[in-house]
Amino acid sequence: MTRATHIPTAPRRTGRTPALWLGSVVVLVASLSCAISVGAVGVPMGTVWGVILNKLSPDLIEATWRPTREAIVWDIRFPRALLAMMVGAGLAMVGASLQAVTRNPLSDPHLLGISSGGAFGAILALLHTGLFLGLLTVPLMAFLGALLATAIVLGVSRFADATSADRLVLAGVAVSFIIMAAANVLIFLADPRATHTVVFWMLGGLGLAQWSQLIYPLVILVGCAAWLMLRARDLNAMTVGDETASTLGIPVARFRLSVFIAGALITGVMVAFSGIIGFVGLMVPHVARMIVGGDYTRVLPFSALLGAVFLLWADIAARTVMAPEDMPIGIITGLIGGVFFVWLLRRKPALA
Amino acid sequence: MTAARLSVSNLSWSPKRTPLLHPTSFDLAPGRVLGVVGPNGAGKTTLLRLLYRFHKPLTGTVCIDGHDIWALPAKSAAQRVAAVLQEHPSDFALTVADIVALGRTPHRRGFVGNTGARDRQIIDQAIDRLDLNGLTHRHLGTLSGGERQRVMVARALAQDPQLLILDEPTNHLDIRHQLEVLDLIRTLPLTIVTSLHDLNLAADVCDDILILQDGRTIGFGAPDAVLTEAAVSNTFHVTARREHLSRSDTTHLTFHL
Repeated sequence: MTRATHIPTAPRRTGRTPALWLGSVVVLVASLSCAISVGAVGVPMGTVWGVILNKLSPDLIEATWRPTREAIVWDIRFPRALLAMMVGAGLAMVGASLQAVTRNPLSDPHLLGISSGGAFGAILALLHTGLFLGLLTVPLMAFLGALLATAIVLGVSRFADATSADRLVLAGVAVSFIIMAAANVLIFLADPRATHTVVFWMLGGLGLAQWSQLIYPLVILVGCAAWLMLRARDLNAMTVGDETASTLGIPVARFRLSVFIAGALITGVMVAFSGIIGFVGLMVPHVARMIVGGDYTRVLPFSALLGAVFLLWADIAARTVMAPEDMPIGIITGLIGGVFFVWLLRRKPALA
Repeated sequence: MTAARLSVSNLSWSPKRTPLLHPTSFDLAPGRVLGVVGPNGAGKTTLLRLLYRFHKPLTGTVCIDGHDIWALPAKSAAQRVAAVLQEHPSDFALTVADIVALGRTPHRRGFVGNTGARDRQIIDQAIDRLDLNGLTHRHLGTLSGGERQRVMVARALAQDPQLLILDEPTNHLDIRHQLEVLDLIRTLPLTIVTSLHDLNLAADVCDDILILQDGRTIGFGAPDAVLTEAAVSNTFHVTARREHLSRSDTTHLTFHL
């Protein structure tokens, strides 16, 4: 059957790939500029980049702007935009990875109950235990909550004899409801004056971004993202099936657990700083696959880029729709995500 | 491509109490094709899962050229044994080229695992052999059953294995594709273990036949010696007759209730 003439397979669509990545980075930087520039008080683009460049390398550009503008750009909007990018990139990568290891295109940290677990942990810290570990308390408790939710989801799926990857999502939805109920009990039992801020935070918002705290999500995101990227090809194999992945030498159960833990880490820390922002992890990887194909060595970084851009714009919308009030960003992503979900169902009737 | 000797000794497995495979032993010389047949629930899938290192044996060993596959690291075992199973991904937009490239997974060294020139060459050969050149950029979800099956075989060949396991490779294929798959099995210079439903196809393509019933070996050996009227009738609870086809001068099993 082998033929004498060897026809090499056509190379991947490499021709347009570098342009695509370059274009996406340009879009990301442009979105970042817009996110800093647009708001209740408009700041010209020139000032935005002047302030940033000046901070990165002092006295590079003559400061012709007022100090209040500098404070808005550097102390409020820039960290907020950075947090938006990290949350968007992180949740999108978690969603993409979970979709591969559960082999279900509807997987998402929110739907699987991981976000709810994170919120539960954070609420426990904010309203009941107090910050016994200082600034680390909320992210740590959120991570533990997310991890606990993950463990419960995996446990329930085993208990319900749903170890097959596709039924994990149903277990996740069930657990998510239970944990949200528990989180609401925590809120109900707490001091009514404190609950207002917590309820608002739970709806999702990036208003709490501060330079001093950005390091936590950054470290977690970079660490987990690097690990996921190294395992991108294994994620490809996982989409084929557990047994096939196992015949390729992948320790399937352990790998899936590791991905869930990395997902809980990222989700937990993002929830701690931004509340529950749903549907980013569900939606963004689908769009990424439409653009770069299904290979996870491209899906993961592109999802991260796309997620960052998406959340920057969602935050711009959140800040401007009802300006000067901040609308919870979770409302925006939920609205767009829900509509996207309906569209997805319409496009693929035999989904899941 | 080199074939390996497969030695199975005293192999058994049970999930809880009821054994799905009672102690089974057989030996397969390099390059031979073994057909595993038996009624539904006879333990065919269990045996195959033990061979491709998905189930850990309760007792006994599976040796490839003398190496116990459970004594080897998972990756080393995966460099020797490949499997084509009934699992088919659909919703993840992987292209045919992506799927075939997965076969190189156990051969990747280090973390990043660049697809080197040698990997590329092996992948291209596998794509060539299965005649998939026109399909490399297609998504798996858009292919027909026969095309998907070919993609999965190409993926297994890209693994460069010495033992190839096939789980019902002719399932859901039309006659032409069935014949193509069987032709491929005949020509591949590998040791092959395949489960098959169609006894006549099995007799035609396999060097050896293993009949399983309720997890026990009923017979092992050359097709003519093993697929006797009595053995087939008892195992499948039918009345089997070996008839002679005068035009093609071959024997053919027919089945009656």
